[in-house]
Amino acid sequence: MVKKILLILSVLAIVTVMIGCGPKEKKDVTVTFWHLDTQDDFKAAWQAQVDEFMALNPHVKIEITVLENEAFKQKVATMMQSGNPPDLFRSWGGGVMNQYAEAGLLRDVTKELKKGGFSDTIGAGPLGVYSYKGKVYGIPYNMGAVGIWYNKKMFADNGLSEFKTWNELIEGCKKLKAAGITPIALGEQDKWPGHFWFGYLAVRIAGGEAIQKAYAREGKFTDAPFVEAFVKLKELVDLGAFQKGFLGATYNDQASLTANRKAAMELMGQWAPSVQEQQTKDKKGLGSDLGFMAFPAVEGGAGDITDVFGGGDGFAFGVNAPDEAIDFMKFLMSKEQYKKLYDSPISFIPTVKGTSEWVQDPNMKAVADATSKAGFYQLYFDQAFPPAVGGAILDAVQGICAGTKTPEEAAGIIQKAWDEEK
Amino acid sequence: MGLQKSSNMKTSKFKEYWQNPRHKQAIIVATAFLTLPLIVYTVFVILPVFQAAYFSLYKWNGLGHLTNFKGVENFVKILTDPIFGMAIKNNFKIVVLSLLFQIPLSLIIALTIARRFKGAVFFRTIFFLPYILSEVIAGTIWSFIYNPQIGIQNTVLSDWIPWLANFQFLGSQDTVFASIFVVLIWKYFGLHMVILIAGLQGIPVELEEAAFIDGVNKWKLNWYIILPLLRPTIMLSLFFSMVGSFQTFDIVWAMGRGDPANGAETMVTYMYKFGFQRFQLGYGSAVAIIIFLITISVSVLYQKLTAEKEL
Repeated sequence: MVKKILLILSVLAIVTVMIGCGPKEKKDVTVTFWHLDTQDDFKAAWQAQVDEFMALNPHVKIEITVLENEAFKQKVATMMQSGNPPDLFRSWGGGVMNQYAEAGLLRDVTKELKKGGFSDTIGAGPLGVYSYKGKVYGIPYNMGAVGIWYNKKMFADNGLSEFKTWNELIEGCKKLKAAGITPIALGEQDKWPGHFWFGYLAVRIAGGEAIQKAYAREGKFTDAPFVEAFVKLKELVDLGAFQKGFLGATYNDQASLTANRKAAMELMGQWAPSVQEQQTKDKKGLGSDLGFMAFPAVEGGAGDITDVFGGGDGFAFGVNAPDEAIDFMKFLMSKEQYKKLYDSPISFIPTVKGTSEWVQDPNMKAVADATSKAGFYQLYFDQAFPPAVGGAILDAVQGICAGTKTPEEAAGIIQKAWDEEK
Repeated sequence: MGLQKSSNMKTSKFKEYWQNPRHKQAIIVATAFLTLPLIVYTVFVILPVFQAAYFSLYKWNGLGHLTNFKGVENFVKILTDPIFGMAIKNNFKIVVLSLLFQIPLSLIIALTIARRFKGAVFFRTIFFLPYILSEVIAGTIWSFIYNPQIGIQNTVLSDWIPWLANFQFLGSQDTVFASIFVVLIWKYFGLHMVILIAGLQGIPVELEEAAFIDGVNKWKLNWYIILPLLRPTIMLSLFFSMVGSFQTFDIVWAMGRGDPANGAETMVTYMYKFGFQRFQLGYGSAVAIIIFLITISVSVLYQKLTAEKEL
């Protein structure tokens, strides 16, 4: 009897040891990944990266959700309010991200990114946009500058060259209008495209110092230079520089007008060429006729022409993100994979160090140079500020465009919202 | 005392009813069936209303706990906000204009095609089609139609009517409301038409025949016989139209989110914009409570005004 028991026990022991020694099965993990590139080519590029990662890590399943820009912002906000953020989602950093971080809805990945020196491979400036109070919550893959994208042929035909000053821009618009050309395309229904105009005027007229003072509550948005920025924008609106019905047009309309030679220029970020390409039948956009110039200096303004208003794209980590989400981002940002992304139709200004020679296109090179040499870099206002203030800025700009607000009233709306945020 | 007595009577009546085994079974079955819906209704309708009322007293961005108690400050802010004033005005404009245009239009069409004639079904289908479309799709389609660069207005109509060439449709604070209201009529008149046709078909043909024998002409028939008999249906249609008007959101949102410059803002788009988009959930909840109160009072008032006459 005792023998029998001993035998059974020893068999059990051997079996247990054998199981214990066997190859450790990694636990299956699902990572939810949200982006907003709805164009087919772009979607395919992200899918390719995800597929490659999953092939190398069979235990990881990455579930992609793609939503159109506006819908994306709303859905993420709802998910955040429910306390259940996606593991990895498109973010612009800044005030909106900070608010999520403040509420403990994002995962602090500072330590994980330091491991193996990964965070040193990314530009410090761009990474700063995805940090809050010294902690990193996301990784940027794109950081660029807003500028004027113009039709070189239209400019040449009308005897125009790059605008160095605001007055040149105004004169140029008059000339184009006289020639029957819509000078500037704007999709003001979406509000943020118009806020680029105000943002750059504020950067040029008020300058970085005044903006930072107003942000620190040492100055006010109702101060003269900010009102002046609205006055200048109003000047442009009253001139009829924007296309007919621009208040009811979307950003896609704006890109389409520029790309199909129905307007001479648009003020937009580094993604403008790729979106323009999508808006033309041959998917080539303006081709070699597309030019890029910095936003002109404003006479008497405190800002410098090298100061940049812009921002980028990256991904932030939801608070429940598993380590595999970080692994995927590291995989994506590794030089080999990152180059594949760069060569895809998604156009961006790389944030990984030592990749500047990738940028060959002269326009994109100009954007990259402007970004890296910026004396002062201002993140988009609607992202730099908390949502309530960002929303007020967008409304103030639309009020100027619609002629329902005076420059003083518009500035007052912003300051009031900023006061309430205290 | 009187109340006590009547409730006592009720209990005894209930007991009597309960003692009948057949009734007993019916009550058990009814309770079993009603419990679940009641729970669902409480959890998803009643509770959220109270929850919103609670949120509305705080300044809260929807993330984390409610700590910043503000009392009625949100309500004061909303009621003194000129943009909310515009939103309320737009809502009432939709209600009144719907009563003036939508219902009469539906009624005329219903009277025309309710009778059986060749092609009646075809026309009914055609007129009902817009209602089947989802609001967002309808809004997007009309945005294309109104588009100043590629829309039909710019490409075709302005050649015939030069005045239209400068009309901005969705691109101006002055015209955006009218442009969207046209879509609202187009979208919903079919629904009212179908409701009214159903009502018309419930009116016995004998009445019409009798009236014709008495020498009544078509106009008098409609005015003195059909319309009075159709009254309950018309009232129902009006009620749907009114409640729907207060909730207008999707089409307005799809056609420019109530902008430019809040020209087409409705109460619900205001709530969504200032509540959800700006992360001011306390403020948004206060807006929701105000909408709730307005809708409830208008509905109750409507019931009071119409109930007596329906008897």
